[in-house]
Amino acid sequence: MGLLTKARVKSPWLLHFCSSSCNGCDIEILACLTPYYDVERFGILHMGNPKHADILLVTGPANRRNYKVLQNLYAQMPDPKVVVAVGTCACTGGVFHNCYNIMGGIDKVIPVDVYVPGCAARPEAIIDGVVLALKKLRGELEE
Amino acid sequence: MARVTFPFGPQHPVLPEPVQLILTCEDEKVVEVKPRIGYMHRGIEKGCELNPYKHNVFLCERICGICSFIHAEAYCEVIEKAMGIEVPPRARYLRVFWAELSRMHSHLLWLGLFADGFGLESLFMQCWRARELVLDVSELTSGHRIIQSTCVVGGVRKDLDAEQIRTVRKMLKQFKELYTPIFQVFQHDRTIKSRTWGKGILPKDVAWQLGAVGPTIRGSGWAFDARMDGYAAYGELGFEPVVEEGCDSYARMMVRAREVWQSWELINLVLDRLPAGEINVPVEDNPKGEAIHRAEQPRGEVIYYCRGDGSPNLKRLKVRTPSFANLPTLLVMLPGCELADVPVITLSIDPCIACTER
Repeated sequence: MGLLTKARVKSPWLLHFCSSSCNGCDIEILACLTPYYDVERFGILHMGNPKHADILLVTGPANRRNYKVLQNLYAQMPDPKVVVAVGTCACTGGVFHNCYNIMGGIDKVIPVDVYVPGCAARPEAIIDGVVLALKKLRGELEE
Repeated sequence: MARVTFPFGPQHPVLPEPVQLILTCEDEKVVEVKPRIGYMHRGIEKGCELNPYKHNVFLCERICGICSFIHAEAYCEVIEKAMGIEVPPRARYLRVFWAELSRMHSHLLWLGLFADGFGLESLFMQCWRARELVLDVSELTSGHRIIQSTCVVGGVRKDLDAEQIRTVRKMLKQFKELYTPIFQVFQHDRTIKSRTWGKGILPKDVAWQLGAVGPTIRGSGWAFDARMDGYAAYGELGFEPVVEEGCDSYARMMVRAREVWQSWELINLVLDRLPAGEINVPVEDNPKGEAIHRAEQPRGEVIYYCRGDGSPNLKRLKVRTPSFANLPTLLVMLPGCELADVPVITLSIDPCIACTER
């Protein structure tokens, strides 16, 4: 593993976007950042700017008004990047599958690397998903 | 001075949810605000017409994940009103138990985010530490941290046994020790006062005219709380709303900080007086006719309306959520404030976009 790869995998910054979720997963992501779960031990920082981010955490299904914002954020992130779909509704549409404004899981709109199921996904599951995403990021960097 | 117009959101670190405020500034002063909403619209009201009415409890719970239990409770109560079902007393008390747990965790979450909004990150961490204890109680009693899913039409699905009640009492005592110093910081700290005192004024008469609800209107001196109706078991528990007279961000913050204590006391009262008996009644029929119900969420009053025609699917379900009533107050609070105060004032009404847009 080269120095640059090592540095990037040790300090991934994440961007969180709420795409019409119920807030349940969003507050669990925030709970991950507090000392009780503490994702900072993996060097992860929560960033508001997509241009600084390596990991995109998306909660909630894609909807018809919001999907362009999501695509825009994804396009603004520099390569290599990984996308984690947090929660059952981000994976498949879940409980909202038959609501008229819902397009389905976010993989209909942007490519997804890791799926974290759960309604709402527990902080432990989210951390597991992010660590899996990091493995994938390392693989991409080493190629 | 030239005017500058720029967007605040839809993706912004202070707001976990997408909402856009178009701000027009003159120098550092905000002169005009236009909210743009619709980023979170899912179409849940229509979705509720497509499912059998008993399944809708799970969909209504997910209108908002923070006040989820109270959404489920309000939905169940409106269906029970339409069908004329009498809920057993133990179920009514258990509903208050989980509803007040939701309120505690929602207020602590908000107090933390508010502290983060004006830069006190360690206070944010302390609030969320106390909140984890509330979530542990929720997980112990219902099996899930935030979306409890314990309400059903006709009662509740889970019961508390003596062992659980003992553990919950012990955890509540622990919570008191954790929250007391946090509460004192919110009450007396000079830094917090300098960021909130006199900021985001919502005069008493304007609050009433705009139809604000919840802590927003109680912070402007109105004793207005749906729990005063005495739905579920609130009538028997002797409920008194928390009111502050300050009309500013500080008053709204103190309403929430004091309501955590109020919920804490209500939960203790419920555990003391929990009546024995059944926790639900079997429900066979389908809803026919219409009903309306008010319930108090952490953010304010929610109104549920339903109409059925005797088939398993509802003909109409309408939800008026608290943040929808509170958003117009921002148009009074924001103009004239400093740009740096925009996040703090926006947060002071605790906007929940998932609720507003459903």
